[in-house]
Amino acid sequence: MIPYLLCFILFLTGLYGVITRRNLVKIAISLSIMEFSIFLLFALIGYVEGGVAPIVDPADPVKTYVDPLPQAMVLTAIVIGLATTAMLMAVIIRIYRKYGTFDIREIKNLRG
Amino acid sequence: MNPLIPLFIVIPLAGAFLIMILGSFIRNLNKYLASLVLLFLVSVSFYFLFTTGSKISVYKVGGWEAINNVPIGIYMVLDGFTAIVLCIINLIGFLSVFYSISYISRYTAENNFYALFCLMIAGMNGVVLSGDMFNIFVFIEISAISSYALVAFGVEKNELEATFKYQVLGGLASFLILIGIAFLYWKAKTLNIADIKTVFSTGYDRNYYLLVEILLLSGFGLKAAIIPFHAWLPDAHSSAPSPISAMLSGVLIKAVGIYVIIRLFFNMFAISESMAILITTLGALSMVIGVFLAIGQWDLKRLLAYHSISQMGYVVLSVGIGMILISRGSRNELAALAIAGGVFHLINHAAFKGLLFLNAGAIEYAIGTRNLQEMGGLSKSMPATSATSLVASLSISGIPPFNGFFSKLIIIVAAIMAKFYFLALLAVIVSIITLASFMKFQRYAFFNKTDTGNKIKIREVPFPMLFSMIVLSIVCLLLSILVLPEIRELILTPATDILMDPSKYSSTITGI
Amino acid sequence: MKGMTLIVKKTTQLLAGLIFLYGIYVVIHGHLTPGGGFAGGVLIAGSFILLILANGSDFMKLTKEETGSTLYENLAILVAVFLALSGLLFGAKTFFLNWLPKGTLGEIVSAGMIPLYNIFIGIEVAASILSIFLALVIFKEETSE
Repeated sequence: MIPYLLCFILFLTGLYGVITRRNLVKIAISLSIMEFSIFLLFALIGYVEGGVAPIVDPADPVKTYVDPLPQAMVLTAIVIGLATTAMLMAVIIRIYRKYGTFDIREIKNLRG
Repeated sequence: MNPLIPLFIVIPLAGAFLIMILGSFIRNLNKYLASLVLLFLVSVSFYFLFTTGSKISVYKVGGWEAINNVPIGIYMVLDGFTAIVLCIINLIGFLSVFYSISYISRYTAENNFYALFCLMIAGMNGVVLSGDMFNIFVFIEISAISSYALVAFGVEKNELEATFKYQVLGGLASFLILIGIAFLYWKAKTLNIADIKTVFSTGYDRNYYLLVEILLLSGFGLKAAIIPFHAWLPDAHSSAPSPISAMLSGVLIKAVGIYVIIRLFFNMFAISESMAILITTLGALSMVIGVFLAIGQWDLKRLLAYHSISQMGYVVLSVGIGMILISRGSRNELAALAIAGGVFHLINHAAFKGLLFLNAGAIEYAIGTRNLQEMGGLSKSMPATSATSLVASLSISGIPPFNGFFSKLIIIVAAIMAKFYFLALLAVIVSIITLASFMKFQRYAFFNKTDTGNKIKIREVPFPMLFSMIVLSIVCLLLSILVLPEIRELILTPATDILMDPSKYSSTITGI
Repeated sequence: MKGMTLIVKKTTQLLAGLIFLYGIYVVIHGHLTPGGGFAGGVLIAGSFILLILANGSDFMKLTKEETGSTLYENLAILVAVFLALSGLLFGAKTFFLNWLPKGTLGEIVSAGMIPLYNIFIGIEVAASILSIFLALVIFKEETSE
């Protein structure tokens, strides 16, 4: 139960960062922390009691393996997270050129 | 196993990267290649619309067959409801690409625009074709990242701020969906939608089920911009270039938001009455709050974006009424009527909202402003744009003989016959206020006395933009024939049959 | 952009080749050990980025480098999509079929098409991460002069 609770606390830390921080780059980093906690949750879900890493050894092919499907899902999700973070960083750099500041309280051109 | 099914994803993907390579050598190739790709997709999707009927086609990627009736591969599923949404995506996509042949020539880096557009189409096709939970997530991310880049295409201050807000909220939605998928995999140990239904029909923990339902509803609700998850929609849809606004508002919030909610809640989860009442309440709130926020707007595209929230509320309301009736187990033909009304309104909204955004783009191309108080008297200098926008405004307000009237009529009649008199009254009031707000748009933009003087020479827009707008207005007129019995049997009834029958979907897929 | 001091330059000249070789090892053994296309591609891109950061570069060379890496990226994805479509021509005629012979367990040349997919995905990921880095550096360079 303890590892799942720690994943949840990490998610809440990231969420707190997105809500309260004023600097744009800190919001982007908190978004990354949130998604890393979900990857930990995925890797924990596939655990089987007494299992080893799911790599087939030619000398000893029949053993109890940990579930490899969540690990494949985490690999795909890591690449998707990389693309999202790269996109966010490019937009932040261009916002700095246009507005001259990283402070989110100054960037409120669109209202209503 | 029809080999045309994976072509919906492969052809736009290969087309996007071919455009990137060849577009830097040959000059105008990117526009024509993108139009050709989408024209091919439109024809294949219409072929599937008229030949699918009530059978479910399953494509097993990689040839991995099921072992002991347990699916182990990735499945692509095409049934009646999927065929309708595929037609909407590809048709509006083709008309937007044709429109942007002349609109985007005012921006730089056109190569990137057409490549990102094809990637977005590939992602949306993948969402509606997948029969697998994690595949839905991957394709949602593909189309979402392309749309973040497309919203910020002309890099001005407003567009960058709008896309930053869109990205943070879109990222939050993706994380909620991913947590929902993790919890679903934990108990069911499988990712196939039909197989999850089979596993859960044997017995489940009620509180755990409710947690998964709420997480998935919040995640997809953020993507579909239902109240209270609507905060990103007005900024993103009004700051994007106009063909992208038409795609976002006309197709993206339907294919990755409403379609997945309908598919999961009818074909995967067992419908409970409390969940159905929650969904109906969210739909009613979206309808009312969307239209009240829209009246006071003077920016044209922001007005249209708020109306998107309200019309999506109609669809969710009608689907929710169908869910309440199914969960009580009483009136099945009435539930079928409500769901048919919701799906019909989905199709209609794609057509007339796409047309309205293309019109707004044409006005901006000719004059250069989006503020309603600075326009006037355009009906003499831009006759075709004025006529098509009149058609679209009458459609969205629900005036016969255009298509909006018939779909709103079916929704209100279904609400009255199911004894939800208050919801029917709300629907009528919202429709009247929508009419008022679009009469304001018509008066200020087209029929007022012009006070811009003769500073700018206003001419009609070039041919590609006119072609898309005229074709969409003809589609708006033609869609009202879907209410006739023979055509309804062909197109709408297979969709409602798949959604209404909870065991047909799962038993057909796991039995194949 | 300016380069770094002499110690950093000499160290990266020694290390960049080893990192590149390690990245290729991770890509090719993707069906035997953990890794595969994504992780190996990031390592290969890392060796290029290390060299660019340590030695500094001027604007013209960076733009020429970027057109080259985007070309490699698009070509590698097109080859991967054509490999996936080639399953429609052989055997059971389905998309994404693994139609090469599968060999014995534990060899490098085994498991059908999986090593081929790994190689092209590795080239693609390396080229695209290099393109992202170069695009951000070029934007900073051209707007600060």
